[in-house]
Amino acid sequence: MNKVWLIIQREFLNRVQKKSFLITTILVPLIFPAIIGGLVFFMVKEAESAKPDVVEVLDETGRFQFEDTRRFTIVNVSGPIEVAKKAYQMTKHFGLLHIPATDINNPTGITFYSRESQSIEKISELKRTINDKVKDFKMEQYNVDKETLKSIRSTDVGIAEISLSDSGEEKSSNTGILYGTGMALGILIYMFVLIYGIQIMQGVIDEKTSKVVEVIVSSVKPFQLMLGKIVGIASVGLVQFLIWIILITTVTSSVLGYFGMKMPQQQAMEQVTKNMDEETAQDVMKQAPTTPQSPEFLNNLSQIPFVKVALIFLFYFLGGYLLYGALFAAVGSAVDSIQESQQFQFPITLPLLIGYMGLFMFVLRDPHGTVSFWLSIIPFTSPVAMVGRIAYEVPLWQLLLSMALLILGFILTTWIAGRIYRVGILMTGTKVNYKVLVKWFLQKN
Amino acid sequence: MQALTTKGITKRYGTHTALEGVDITVPTQSIYGLLGPNGAGKTTLIRIINQIINADEGDIMVFGEKLTPRHVEVIGYLPEERGLYKRLKVGEQLLYLAQLKGLSRSEALNRIRTWLDRFQIRDWAQKKVEDLSKGMAQKVQFISTVLHEPRLIILDEPFSGFDPVNAELITQEILRLKENGSTIIFSTHRMETVESLCDQIALINKSKKILEGSKKEVKQQFKTNSYRVEHRGAFQLQTGNYHVVKQKPLEEDHFESTIKMEDNSSPNLLLQELINRTEVFRFEQHLPTMSEIFIRLVKAEGDEALLKHLQES
Repeated sequence: MNKVWLIIQREFLNRVQKKSFLITTILVPLIFPAIIGGLVFFMVKEAESAKPDVVEVLDETGRFQFEDTRRFTIVNVSGPIEVAKKAYQMTKHFGLLHIPATDINNPTGITFYSRESQSIEKISELKRTINDKVKDFKMEQYNVDKETLKSIRSTDVGIAEISLSDSGEEKSSNTGILYGTGMALGILIYMFVLIYGIQIMQGVIDEKTSKVVEVIVSSVKPFQLMLGKIVGIASVGLVQFLIWIILITTVTSSVLGYFGMKMPQQQAMEQVTKNMDEETAQDVMKQAPTTPQSPEFLNNLSQIPFVKVALIFLFYFLGGYLLYGALFAAVGSAVDSIQESQQFQFPITLPLLIGYMGLFMFVLRDPHGTVSFWLSIIPFTSPVAMVGRIAYEVPLWQLLLSMALLILGFILTTWIAGRIYRVGILMTGTKVNYKVLVKWFLQKN
Repeated sequence: MQALTTKGITKRYGTHTALEGVDITVPTQSIYGLLGPNGAGKTTLIRIINQIINADEGDIMVFGEKLTPRHVEVIGYLPEERGLYKRLKVGEQLLYLAQLKGLSRSEALNRIRTWLDRFQIRDWAQKKVEDLSKGMAQKVQFISTVLHEPRLIILDEPFSGFDPVNAELITQEILRLKENGSTIIFSTHRMETVESLCDQIALINKSKKILEGSKKEVKQQFKTNSYRVEHRGAFQLQTGNYHVVKQKPLEEDHFESTIKMEDNSSPNLLLQELINRTEVFRFEQHLPTMSEIFIRLVKAEGDEALLKHLQES
């Protein structure tokens, strides 16, 4: 055990003392806010400086009277269309909208002429404007007055979401927050397993090709070496992760603070508190009788039991890493170079990828569906899939079953990997295929 | 007490037998040469003694005890394929390897200093292995093998890949370590290294041990009762008791003759016979070299392909 501890220390120090570790650990938290900040800056700049496009309208019905919008400035022109088209080409205007003499309740033949193909966004806004007009015409025919019309237009129904637990306890929930949490956690696990799994593989290949491994295994069991390496690299990952969280939080809040802004969460919370008038406050009280004083957003955040989620996340984070880490170590032991490892990497990354894609296609859309259930139970996909689900209420038995299977899973993969590893690390220059791997696995000790 | 005994060591890989019933006995404080052509099974045996792989059958005793994992601390191993962590500094590397062999940190640091001084390479402690020349790395590797003062040192092909200066240094160190009480086993496929260094030898061919004993015993066992004589002028000698097997001219009118003697004679009688015929400058019993013995043994087994390979090399 003492020797495994030595190996863990060595593997940890080897990586942490490298300049590249220091650089990535410090730069990533600086680069990400910088990139996001830069993008936001340019987006705002562009939105501010963008002038509305000039749209020429040739309306042969004479009924459409478009108003200028934020995006479009309307210039009415007169026909016939051939003349208008020629005139348009002389200008630098954005486009020419031709509405022929048609039944305004069911208009056909509306055409938009422009120089280049235009973005979907602009065209659909144009469409929406026309549709709204046509709707207005129809409404008018049914004698709906302007005021009613306005009130109809401004309707925006919100749905209060309340999840009802088995004990009958009501909790208001916000699917958006749950979705975001699930997605972020799932992606993190996927990336962590992949990045650090490949580091394990690289480490094993380095030891094998530098031939130092034979000296080491004359002092420790191959299995101890493998375990020490996997745990050592995991601790590098955890430390790096921790530093990132601390740095990103500090840097982001100080940068935003400098520009007089607040962290997104704080901002949203203050927004909610400020905008709340008596009426909505009462609504909230009705919605969430358990915590009558707290504003809705705070309530939504507090519905995610942070400590529980954090612990479960940590469990799957490590469980998934150990499960795949052992397999990456086995692949590293079987090959002589990173290029050769491709053929064996594929079957390992495939289930991980299935879990990742399943997260978006099933788990986040329907966290309690059959596919989501199975994805979060099977050990190869459960690390990514289950953390996608945990923000939603997952029945306890499912969680326990999934955790137990994950533990069994990584014991199994570690055992299999260990058997391949002990033979593989001493084999250089052998042409390895799956048959050879099976042979190594079956070989007596 | 014997430093190492193995009994009936057998190792199979599928249908291939790497070792079959190998018994060896290594006396304490001896230099023991494990000889045999490439692929004979030497490295497999060495890996089994180092507990890197397990034997299918057989027992191993180290200094009178059954071999267990804690014995890694009394064994020092230099593999045929040398290797160190390239990115690690020499000092860190030696410390790590010594700690894995069970040394405490402070003890290891002390000994590293001593050894670096002995090899006059103290300035290298802060250098990375990848910045060292091949010869320098070899010295570091040798230090890592003996740093924990193992009572049993196992060197797999220690002289392959070492430059002549380092090879001489290693030879001197091997002799010094033996003087200090260590037992050294080394394997080689180059028979000439054995002649000078070994006290004991074992020959391994095609997964079996075919010969073992002290160098003297083995040579006596295989002596052909022939004598080498340096003399002036050529002569003929084909009596009932003596045959000149070979006569080759040396410089001027000196010749060297190899004379085979029948058992019912003696060196003194042969010398008397010779004095009558020629002027004798040198007279010595001709003992076979290890490679001659080996070739004879292989010949007896009728391994034509191997024989050809040995004679060519």
